[in-house]
Amino acid sequence: MRFMLDQAQTDFGRTVDRMLGGADTPHAIRAWGRGEHAPGRAVWGRLADAGVTGLAVPQAYEGVGPLPVELSVAYVAAGRHAVPGPLAETAAAAVLLGALAEGGTARSGQVAKDWLPRIADGRALVTLAAADGGPYALDADAADAVFAVAGEELWLAPGHGPVQPSFDPARRLARPLPGGELLARGPAVAAAAARAADWAAFATAALSLGAGLALVERTATYVGQRTQFGRPIGSFQAVKHRLADALIGLEFARPLLYGAAVALASGPADGALASGPAGGALASGSTGGARAEVAAAKVATGEAAYTAARTALQLHGALGYTDEYDLSLWIRKARALRSAWGSPSVCRARVLAP
Amino acid sequence: MDLDLTERQSAFRAEARRWLAAHTPTSPLPSLETAEGFAAHRAWERALAAGRWSAVTWPEEYGGRGASVIEWLLFEEEYYAAGAPGRVSQNGVSLLAPTLFEHGSAEQRARILPPMARGETIWAQAWSEPESGSDLASLRSTARRTDGGWRLSGQKTWSSRAAFADRAFGLFRSDPAADAPHRGLTYLMFALDAPGVTVRPIGRLDGKPAFAELFLDEVFVPDEDVIGEPGQGWRIAMSTAGNERGLTLRSPGRFTAAARRLVALWRERADEAGSAAGIEAAALRDRVADAVIGARAYELFACAGASRLAAGGSLGAESSLNKVFWSELDIALHETALDLLGPHGELSDAADDRDAPGPWSDGYTFALAGPVYAGTNEIQRDIIAERLLGLPKGRR
Repeated sequence: MRFMLDQAQTDFGRTVDRMLGGADTPHAIRAWGRGEHAPGRAVWGRLADAGVTGLAVPQAYEGVGPLPVELSVAYVAAGRHAVPGPLAETAAAAVLLGALAEGGTARSGQVAKDWLPRIADGRALVTLAAADGGPYALDADAADAVFAVAGEELWLAPGHGPVQPSFDPARRLARPLPGGELLARGPAVAAAAARAADWAAFATAALSLGAGLALVERTATYVGQRTQFGRPIGSFQAVKHRLADALIGLEFARPLLYGAAVALASGPADGALASGPAGGALASGSTGGARAEVAAAKVATGEAAYTAARTALQLHGALGYTDEYDLSLWIRKARALRSAWGSPSVCRARVLAP
Repeated sequence: MDLDLTERQSAFRAEARRWLAAHTPTSPLPSLETAEGFAAHRAWERALAAGRWSAVTWPEEYGGRGASVIEWLLFEEEYYAAGAPGRVSQNGVSLLAPTLFEHGSAEQRARILPPMARGETIWAQAWSEPESGSDLASLRSTARRTDGGWRLSGQKTWSSRAAFADRAFGLFRSDPAADAPHRGLTYLMFALDAPGVTVRPIGRLDGKPAFAELFLDEVFVPDEDVIGEPGQGWRIAMSTAGNERGLTLRSPGRFTAAARRLVALWRERADEAGSAAGIEAAALRDRVADAVIGARAYELFACAGASRLAAGGSLGAESSLNKVFWSELDIALHETALDLLGPHGELSDAADDRDAPGPWSDGYTFALAGPVYAGTNEIQRDIIAERLLGLPKGRR
């Protein structure tokens, strides 16, 4: 057992984090919210340069994946800097197309060849609508492709309906238009879509953890500087304890995220539950292993990030409630990610599924 | 990043499982907070020691197996999964022993550890005083130099296990003129039946004498029972507080086993209630799931800590995160079980009605103390805020 990042993974996370720290993501987010995608696409270009966009793409299609541990590390950094765009959806679509191509028809092989290399090198930014994620495709107006799963059918949608704003200005939701090009059909689509939904939930969990960490870090800095009654408010226990609780939530969500990564890496039929030291708390059997581990990570990261957002909002006072202060970009993201790709209650049910 | 076990670890786990299956008492022992239960638990410690399972991480010469922290995790997982009894030797094994390994002499280790492992000497702690709880460094019990040793005087309280234990360890003020409260303290061990010691048991919330007050009147302690240098007691007591002990005070196995029992209880109750339970069932389901998720998080957090230690790293203020997390998880888990039991949930563990909650009730009472002992959760949150988040120190 070596349940920790190795040096290369740690370095990779630092590199992505540092690169994003210099990318002025708040500017890109605000532009994205106005439908101006160029600054956001530039950030994606940097992610591609760092090798992030190829992490969910199989090696047969010019990716380096699937590498769930590395993906979680990179997505935590992306969440920490609130990178706009369909990050979880692009990774999930890559898993979906990759799974269909594997042992699939010539047609699904061609679809994978058309899209996966372009996803891997960052040229294509795609989105996905599937039952597990609700009726909307995130950022369909910015995407090069809108994939839609309906039962046992995978469609390349012909376009999307009106763009609906989210509570998070960086997230813009639209329903895919019906019809378009039928890419695949049959039970394999449903199976691949379930796998893709797990990856979407997993990626969303990583983004949530990153957003939560950023909220706690920014708030810790603020309360160390803000002075009332002649001393920094961060010296008051009422303030300290709220922040401590927020950090506890995040630090115990982190191992669940990595546990989910280990489960995803070991394949759909074998979760970490069977191989972990315990047989695990989630000992629900081997087939549901990865799904339950991802669901646990999704609940914990979502709740922890949301708690961090509430804490940040409260401890910043009225300042945290303003649109113009950049903190609001993270506060609103934490709320939106909490229900994306599996609400807390849906995921709790999955944890207990026999 | 993996959770795989080596062949050696798998074999270790299988051996533990076999031994526990063959030796674990088939019916639960009486509560260890009673005289009868204490004796039964002491006998169980003797049985564990005979199989060399009572302190697996210790070197073999003291009765251990030289097990790694990862192997300890595996043993604990198996231990609680087997439904084995609570550990009456916990104070000694997880609090005093690490201190002796780090600061004790070879003579002390050879003299003290083997009988501790065999359950012959059960240890109580003597930290808190009536006027010194969270502000432990303000303690006033004294150790006065005398020929060949020290004379202890004063009062200790909330001394866990002291009602039935054999010996105790704690801090005493040996230099009243020292320039700061945490200086001039000495770490000493003493017998609870020594002349001058009066033990007054205190009933915990359910009346069982789980702790005691200790009145000390010129109690003689020989020099050989001082740990480390006189005057260095605070540093010695704190140096092991944050490291491995933070990981090993409460094992994940306790919570993963309890979470599995909770899920079983929930399924059983859900079957009985049928679909009529409606919204209430969904709310309870979410709490059951949260207990399972919490236990898994705690387990994986420990795996991460054990991996870090195995790689030569160390743990620091993270143990404060740990303490708050497990103590709150323990309460939430047991509250959920009692709520699932509906009208039967209020029955105490002494009730023998066929629907009595039994261990859930005792476990709930035990859990309620968690946020208070071993450093209150308020103190832990201060540590988290100051050492992990860098917030300024302030008045408590």
